[in-house]
Amino acid sequence: MTLLDFARGPALSIAFAVFLIGVLWRLFSLVLLPKASDNSPARADSGSAFGQGLRGFWRHMWPADPYLKSSVFALVNGYAFHLGLAIVVFGLAQHIQFIKDVFGISWPGLPTGVITLAAIVTLASLVGALVRRLTNPVLKLISTGNDYITWLVTVLPVITGIMTINHLWLRYETLLALHILSFALMLVWFPFGKLMHAFLVFLTRSRTGVVYGRRGVKI
Amino acid sequence: MNAPVNVKAAAKTFLAQTEEYLSAYTEACVHCGQCAEACHFYQTSGDPRHTPAYKLFPIAKAMKNNKWPLNWLGLAPAITEADLKEWEELLFDTCTMCGRCTTICPMAIDIAGIVGRARQAFAAAGLGPEDLQQAAEMSRDHGSPLGLSPDKLADRLEWLADENEIEIAVDKAKADVLLTVSSIEMMKYPDSIVAMAKILNKAGINYTFSTKGYEATNFGYLAGKSDIAKIMTLRIVEAAEKVGAKTVVIPECGHAYGAMRWSGGNTIGRPLPFEVLHITEYLARLKREGKLKLKPLDGSITYHDPCQISRRGGATQDARYLLEGFAKDFREMTPAADYNWCCGGGGGVQAMGRAADLRHKVFKLKIDQVAKTGAATMVSSCANCRLTMDESKEYWKWQGGLDSLVEVIAEHLE
Repeated sequence: MTLLDFARGPALSIAFAVFLIGVLWRLFSLVLLPKASDNSPARADSGSAFGQGLRGFWRHMWPADPYLKSSVFALVNGYAFHLGLAIVVFGLAQHIQFIKDVFGISWPGLPTGVITLAAIVTLASLVGALVRRLTNPVLKLISTGNDYITWLVTVLPVITGIMTINHLWLRYETLLALHILSFALMLVWFPFGKLMHAFLVFLTRSRTGVVYGRRGVKI
Repeated sequence: MNAPVNVKAAAKTFLAQTEEYLSAYTEACVHCGQCAEACHFYQTSGDPRHTPAYKLFPIAKAMKNNKWPLNWLGLAPAITEADLKEWEELLFDTCTMCGRCTTICPMAIDIAGIVGRARQAFAAAGLGPEDLQQAAEMSRDHGSPLGLSPDKLADRLEWLADENEIEIAVDKAKADVLLTVSSIEMMKYPDSIVAMAKILNKAGINYTFSTKGYEATNFGYLAGKSDIAKIMTLRIVEAAEKVGAKTVVIPECGHAYGAMRWSGGNTIGRPLPFEVLHITEYLARLKREGKLKLKPLDGSITYHDPCQISRRGGATQDARYLLEGFAKDFREMTPAADYNWCCGGGGGVQAMGRAADLRHKVFKLKIDQVAKTGAATMVSSCANCRLTMDESKEYWKWQGGLDSLVEVIAEHLE
């Protein structure tokens, strides 16, 4: 079995299994907890909980005016990273092929130029995030091992991906194997670290939206 | 406090707070640090320890430690006495539970709500500022954190009625509205109570104060003592039930409103049999019904939003509706309303002697805001904010005027 066979076969299968079971564990361990019923009456015109949750999700997509100035780095860098990553992950022809092989669905890919630009933006924003985490006194204090491990498992697929697509330094098959293995590592880490925010954000923002909504807070 | 710190009790209490959203909140923080920018304590001190997200660490640690299989595999360390001691100051002295951090949080984590619950764990461990604990115990034993016993209440209301030549209804057998007080008002700003009575008299409302339940502030809630929080809530509930009140009016006090309006039914474990309105909400209702007619107010004013009434209470627009067409020169601060800066004394911080220095410094944010509007007077609708602002005004030798919205309104009744 070559390294590539191993990466594509057992490594990826195990990683997906850990990801799936882990994410379900994290989510079920939260949603199955006993819920406190709220005895306080909502304001008369507060609408449905579903609508309140949606509004809460939407409101926190963007910082409110008083915070725009102080949040500019987090805002620009955060959006650059998430959008850049989404373009690369879902726009690169090879990724679409992989998704088609596994899930049977596909869509047209984006031009190489767009992908390259997005990949560079993604990598730059990750470097920016790390530099800020290492230098800003607030971030230095509140950062834990989780933050650094999460950064590492996120940046590795980006770097190996850029190397693979550009045939840098190593044989293509080796590069591709390393890229897949780094992705597998990210999947394995996902449920245990803060990558879980990709799921938890729906719970927390909608919950806060419901609290605002019931109380009639127009944030 | 030299009593041994009960770490186990703290850990147990942390874990008792298991409502789904709370656990999700503690797990969801991405450590982005944005909340520091929204926090008046961090903005003033520049100390990274004052970052709101950092204040979640002990409860997050306790919950993670309990999570299977992390605890089973020994992967999550347990909460320690050193943790509790280090975070005590952060959760009490440097958090007013104003909720501003939530409004900037990309995950929308309700940090103020978690701090309120985490304080219960500190109280269970025997930690927390002594003066705050004493205020809670005074409330339980004597009816009010400032020693306003039922007899004193009756005496003072009678004296206020005589002095101001008005009627103040006390212990009527039946009434539509139960009026409550904040003992800060009774002891330091009694004109506020006179003002409420005057306005309600004029509007022809059938109201009463009750010596059975009068203290709206809830230091049990602020000190993390849920048993005392329940006692304080029940006193008012029982008084309201006894007089058959359909409405309980909370005076100019921020946390008293949240503790009764949004937490009261949960504290006592059943829905409240009456509606709860903050005095600004109630006056806005009277105005809508044409029962509040005012002469115009001259002079420039700005309005300080008590966090628990506006950002965490949803009654932001009622104060503005009252000022509309009344205050001829009303100027908003920037930011204001739901994004206002806290006065620095909410969440019981006002009552903590050792926290005074930093909260005075925090008030500089407000002074600068008022200066930018050029308004001569800042009115508010919270006696706790007002006391905080009066003390900080003295600290800074600030020349700005401070007033109470209810008092200003009562002075301008037609």
